[in-house]
Amino acid sequence: MAKLQPGAVKQITEICNRYKNEPTPTMMILEDIQNEFGYIPLEVQELVSELTGIPVSEIYGVVTFYSFFSMTPKGKYVIGVCLGTACYVKGSQLVLDKFSEILGIKPGETTADGLFTLDVLRCIGACAIAPAVSINGKVYPQLKVDNVKNVIEEYVAKEA
Amino acid sequence: MEFEKIKTEQQLIDRMSHCAKCLDLKFHCEPGKKAIAVCGGTGCLASDSMGILEKFQELIKEHGLEDKVTVNIVGCFGFCSQGPFVKVYPEETLYTKVKTKDVEEIFNTDILKNEVVTRLLFVDPQTKEHVQKQHDIAFYKLQKRDIALHGNGEINPEDLSEALGYGAFKGLVRALHMTRKEVINEVLQAGLRGRGGAGFPTGKKWSFVPDTDEPKYIICNGDEGDPGAFMDRSIIEGNPCAVIEGMMIAGYAIGAENGYFYVRAEYPTAVARLRKAIKELEDVGLLGDNILGTGFNFRCHVRLGAGAFVCGEETALINSIEGKRGMPRPRPPFPAVKGLWGHPSCVNNVETLACVPYILREGWEKFAAIGTADTKGTKVFALGGKVNNVGLVEVPMGTTLRQLIYDIGGGIPGNKKFKAIQTGGPSGGCLTEKDLDTPIDFGSLVAAGSMMGSGGAIVMDEDNCMVDVAKFYMTFICDESCGKCSPCRIGTKRCLDILTKICDGKGTPEDLEELRELSSFIRSNSLCALGQTATNPIESTMKSFADEYEAHVVDHKCPAHVCKNLMEYYIVPDKCAGCTLCSRNCPVNAIHVTDDPAKLPNRFIHHINQNLCIKCGSCLAGCRFGAIIKR
Repeated sequence: MAKLQPGAVKQITEICNRYKNEPTPTMMILEDIQNEFGYIPLEVQELVSELTGIPVSEIYGVVTFYSFFSMTPKGKYVIGVCLGTACYVKGSQLVLDKFSEILGIKPGETTADGLFTLDVLRCIGACAIAPAVSINGKVYPQLKVDNVKNVIEEYVAKEA
Repeated sequence: MEFEKIKTEQQLIDRMSHCAKCLDLKFHCEPGKKAIAVCGGTGCLASDSMGILEKFQELIKEHGLEDKVTVNIVGCFGFCSQGPFVKVYPEETLYTKVKTKDVEEIFNTDILKNEVVTRLLFVDPQTKEHVQKQHDIAFYKLQKRDIALHGNGEINPEDLSEALGYGAFKGLVRALHMTRKEVINEVLQAGLRGRGGAGFPTGKKWSFVPDTDEPKYIICNGDEGDPGAFMDRSIIEGNPCAVIEGMMIAGYAIGAENGYFYVRAEYPTAVARLRKAIKELEDVGLLGDNILGTGFNFRCHVRLGAGAFVCGEETALINSIEGKRGMPRPRPPFPAVKGLWGHPSCVNNVETLACVPYILREGWEKFAAIGTADTKGTKVFALGGKVNNVGLVEVPMGTTLRQLIYDIGGGIPGNKKFKAIQTGGPSGGCLTEKDLDTPIDFGSLVAAGSMMGSGGAIVMDEDNCMVDVAKFYMTFICDESCGKCSPCRIGTKRCLDILTKICDGKGTPEDLEELRELSSFIRSNSLCALGQTATNPIESTMKSFADEYEAHVVDHKCPAHVCKNLMEYYIVPDKCAGCTLCSRNCPVNAIHVTDDPAKLPNRFIHHINQNLCIKCGSCLAGCRFGAIIKR
């Protein structure tokens, strides 16, 4: 198992200490780690267990239960296609399919170059601008299938 | 903003009247002054309303008008399809669909010259006339937006003084003069029913919490998971103090000293505003120990969801706060007896708590005077889907679905035919044309075969396939089933398999029978409400749209032309001009020219090879002659 870098250990220790006085801090610790590092691999779960005394089995159970937590790193750009009802009836499935086709990955996967992760969102509450797509928090309103290619190229161009 | 501590009721009342005067000045403005409000709801933020705000700030500074013109954000206006909004006081001119590049024009014309920028006003689709003021727009006319949406679109949700000026904490002050029992009675008499979906009387729920000395908790359920619903998010974003006040009153009524907000992590703006409001209230002493010198102690805590729909179920939510997998617990024991960390707890929905301050402030009689015999007060709906005016609406109970869809919603876009309105999210059902005159309340919607749910209302038109919609909800439920009990875990998967088979064109009439049987089995054997209601979308669509299901399994046709395996694109020979555009657009070279002459000279009719066609629809989207149809 890969060893964690000292900097990461320090940061995780600090996060665990943040919630020392909470009766049940598991979710809060994991949320902060997810936000900070983008994923929660097994070795991190073991470290959290060591620091807090919460059994690693319980931590693993929580990480795998909630869709917000991930055990694998996400891409630099996380593309979230909203499949909430309002977006769905306005054709967001077709938008998702198009992203999937162009990027060559299924929802939940990350491209080999680590640039894009394709995710399905269940309603971001932006129903008035359906179909909505959110990329790293930036929301693209009323995205048409024909524009998917342009949106991807916008990010690829940024990297070039 | 720095605040002096508010330690007594008199200090609070003084502060309120001071803030009310300031707010009144903002709304009515002294001569020569103006106030600008920019919508800061999630929908408008996505369309860069912060950019609009910054541009105004820049211009005000540039012109040195800091003393004369103010600009700030306000909560959601609700008319989200027309956003972003800019409202200019004192005239209350409402500008719609404002872009950053329009700001300069509004500033130069309205702010500097006091003239209205007509081109940015809302245009009434019927009369084609420009409407200057918000309350003259048809969308707002039938609404009653001053109970649950109190302050939304009016006050700055990030400024405690505006909330105080707008009546916040008046309800709490009154409650603190009453006994706990009197507060519960007030809410009981008002007839407030839980707005999260089940409609259980709120006062009754509070009265179940035993009057003992152990710690008790009040929990606000902001895990608004129904896809297509954003009422709770907007309420928290638009007026966080109202929800906090509701929670404090509830906490007082049940004897709790700690309140937990459980809000979806997907709502960053709501969470940030809620945290800011709590911090400000702690700073002034309205949260903490010995509030207003009455001996009432109360603290608020915020916990984030992590993307699990089932956590909207109260026992699963409690597990999640306890840092466990969000799986429901068998009831009894009910949370009122054994809830968070084993102590008596009460879980109320955001909108429910937002109604509480109104009841205490205005008195139960006023609340009970609104609505129907079955349900009092108002309901907030997130109206979405195939309807012109998408947005957040608050209507008195008893409003009909027809009024909701046509008068407020402005009807179906593109003159398409109304097919169904889906209420109650994945636990609800579809209502059709025949139900449109049903007055909305908890009882009537259940009687009509759906349910109130938390307030999502998705309109569907003739282009939506109801089997596909049922499949959509089943996909959602399968993803979100927590896996604890097998009827839900396995049963919903089997339902999805069958629906997928039907949509793929391989269904048989026997499949429909199996679906029916499975649905009723899952309903009667699942542990929690998620499973018990999981098959509602299937059962209600099978009842109302039996013909569509039959078309899928008998004729193997999808009447709405949605299911790809059951439809084809077809070029109508008489209309084809032979322009070759479709053939060039086709990504798989499935369109070829025939020998038959077309409308344009020297051109030939095109034909789609169905074996090659992937049904992407790009030919239909591009055709300028309307020659390509789905059939």
